[in-house]
Amino acid sequence: MKYAFSFLAVIALILIAGLGSQIPGMQYFFGVAIPYLAIMLFVGGFVYRVMQWAKSPVPFSIPTTCGQGASLDFIKQDKLDCPTKTSEVVARMFLEIFLFRSLFRNTKSEIHNGPKVTYESSKWLWLFGLLFHYSFLLIVIRHMRLFIDPVPYWLSAIEGADSLLQIGAPTLYLSDVALLGGLLLLFGRRLVNRQVRYISLNNDYFPLVLIFAIGVTGILMRYFLRTNIDIINIKTLAMGLVTFSPVINVKIGAIFYIHLFLVSTLLAYFPFSKLMHMGGVFMSPTRNMANDSRAKRHINPWNDPTIKPHSYAGYEDEFREFMVDAGIPVEKELSAVQDEA
Amino acid sequence: MYNKGTIIPGLIIFVLIVTFPIWFNGLKAGTLPKPELPPGGEKKCVMPVEYMRANHMQLLNQWRDDVLRNNDRIVVMVEGKKYRKGLQMACMKCHSNKEKFCDNCHTYTAVKPYCWDCHLTPKEAASKEETH
Repeated sequence: MKYAFSFLAVIALILIAGLGSQIPGMQYFFGVAIPYLAIMLFVGGFVYRVMQWAKSPVPFSIPTTCGQGASLDFIKQDKLDCPTKTSEVVARMFLEIFLFRSLFRNTKSEIHNGPKVTYESSKWLWLFGLLFHYSFLLIVIRHMRLFIDPVPYWLSAIEGADSLLQIGAPTLYLSDVALLGGLLLLFGRRLVNRQVRYISLNNDYFPLVLIFAIGVTGILMRYFLRTNIDIINIKTLAMGLVTFSPVINVKIGAIFYIHLFLVSTLLAYFPFSKLMHMGGVFMSPTRNMANDSRAKRHINPWNDPTIKPHSYAGYEDEFREFMVDAGIPVEKELSAVQDEA
Repeated sequence: MYNKGTIIPGLIIFVLIVTFPIWFNGLKAGTLPKPELPPGGEKKCVMPVEYMRANHMQLLNQWRDDVLRNNDRIVVMVEGKKYRKGLQMACMKCHSNKEKFCDNCHTYTAVKPYCWDCHLTPKEAASKEETH
């Protein structure tokens, strides 16, 4: 029942915004103050987290190598899975960020009678993740029509493509369906897969439930609970927010404030949670380093510069007499050293 | 701080993307749309103003289904005047200027209804009649 808390938390957020926004005078709090606070926490927190990572030294060269490394000429190097050049690292990172390549390689291990262990390809996480992330990206881009004026052609084109099927009025967005579908599948995966269920925590369930609630409130607002949802008033408020002159002088339905409050929660929660993988994917040393530690020496930033390297020859020079006394074999005998002197 | 050369530009790009609406608009909120009221001075619509503002697209969709799919073009009565159900037959009789009425808000919010894929605006309809 670890996920129950996530549901309770989201229900509490919905109640706070739904009831709170109906109190006279609180519209500015939910419509202006909270969104500003949330976006400041998002940008500030994001930059802070990235800076903290940037300050952390990488003591060792630790790229994950998943293929044949650069070797002799007649051995073919796997350039994507064991990159040695920056261009290869960039190609690997590109595929990781845009196509979630490492999830594509996910395997499921099972024990069968015998006993025999099998490793079967398991691409569900990759597929659901791809579905979710791209529809979410599309939805965020689409929302820009409420924040910019005049709306450029490319933005209308994206929206037109998203509502291509012309189902109902207002037209159904395909990304809405894909987002909710992707979230349900990702959530279901955490429940159905026993191993994943065992390691799932509240901070895994909460973002899924929160984003699901954001999607549902958005869909309700667009298609069903349309009372006092005049898109002109909403765009006026959004334009006011991004031009630092927000005004709310009309009644906007509670569902809008709920949607906005949940989005604000997501933004504020973002930098302090697992969602920081958005920045972290760029900062991961196991992905962004080249496997060139034999060609280029990786210096540990922790190294104390006052500690000089001490070779074995130097070590023996320092302790030769004691070593000979203790009967430890030495490379240069005492007599040879005395002859040189 | 390590890898300044890539992390600082990366963070700058991130902040630029997040603040996109701020610098794209240049702090200009744009002009609010003011849809033109019926030039003929009609005051009553088929539904109250608030309902029409929020739900006109759903009403039009319903009418489209009624007329084209269910063969149900009943007559709508508003203030004793009869209108036949339909965008051109009812709505545009009063709101005769598509550019000043419909497009005004639709352009502002980047809504592209596909009504006009089939329908003619009163202006277009008039020019068609002349040529025939």
